[in-house]
Amino acid sequence: MPTDVSTENVEKTIYDGLVELGTERGELSREATLEDLDIDSLDLVELAQIVEDEFGVELKGDDVKDVKTVGEVIDLVVSKSG
Amino acid sequence: MARPEGCALVTGSSRGIGAAAALALAADGWPLRVNYRSDEEGAREVAAKIEAAGGSATVVQGDVADPSAVTSLLEPGDDGPVLVLVNNAGLRLDGLSPQIEDEQWQRVIDVNLSATFRATREALPQMLRARFGRIVNVASVVGTRANAGQANYAASKAGVIGFTKTVAVEVARRGVTVNAVAPGLIATALTEEIAGGELEKAIPARRIGTPEEAAACIRFLASEEASYVTGTTLTVDGGLSA
Repeated sequence: MPTDVSTENVEKTIYDGLVELGTERGELSREATLEDLDIDSLDLVELAQIVEDEFGVELKGDDVKDVKTVGEVIDLVVSKSG
Repeated sequence: MARPEGCALVTGSSRGIGAAAALALAADGWPLRVNYRSDEEGAREVAAKIEAAGGSATVVQGDVADPSAVTSLLEPGDDGPVLVLVNNAGLRLDGLSPQIEDEQWQRVIDVNLSATFRATREALPQMLRARFGRIVNVASVVGTRANAGQANYAASKAGVIGFTKTVAVEVARRGVTVNAVAPGLIATALTEEIAGGELEKAIPARRIGTPEEAAACIRFLASEEASYVTGTTLTVDGGLSA
């Protein structure tokens, strides 16, 4: 059963996912850019899978190609669930 | 590191190289998804052999040329995610290139190349998450060497080799390997019309290969021991293309 797609839940899942991918928890914020966090395109594929497993929301390549910050990823997931 | 929980899917494993590969991977302890398009009896026989040898197998119908069937074949199930994918299902519809119809061209590309892409696309996210994955694509010596009358087949298999190399470098840092095997003349239903005679004499080994000999290469590339082998094509052809 997918988790409820509230901004809070998505933020937690994305933050946990980024930590799993090697980001220090202290570096995380909505404003942090993926580039600064050293999150590359392959990491984004994994993050998309984490989001799909948790919320049932599918992020395609085109969806994430212009995303630059952690906050934008969170907002994208929330908006795609609507 | 212990091998993660998951299963192996061999497309087109009701007979030939696919069946031999399914048996070999099951012997390595992988729960098997035995896929077939039309030969249910063959697939059930393969599954029964796997179970008789102490392994576990699920028979799954699906035409790999159908994108939605590929999605279903790769869905994580009770046997876990697919962590070993052998893209084996293939066909040939031969003819000299001026006589190949659009449908003959497209069907061969759909089954041999596009299905390999779609199954790989579907499998990779789970493999990346597991930090382990083995994809083995069945190409052909015809992917690198001319064989008159097989322009569509050659194009599809050359495509598989190029695809294999590129995907391999994309995912190598996550413990996922992507390789191809390129069989020469192997005794299967696909080759029974073209086997024998002059062709056999052209093979340095002077004989046709067996499905088990091709499957042994797949088994190696799918093994944990092959963890540093990626982006390569292992030719199994009795020296034909040497």
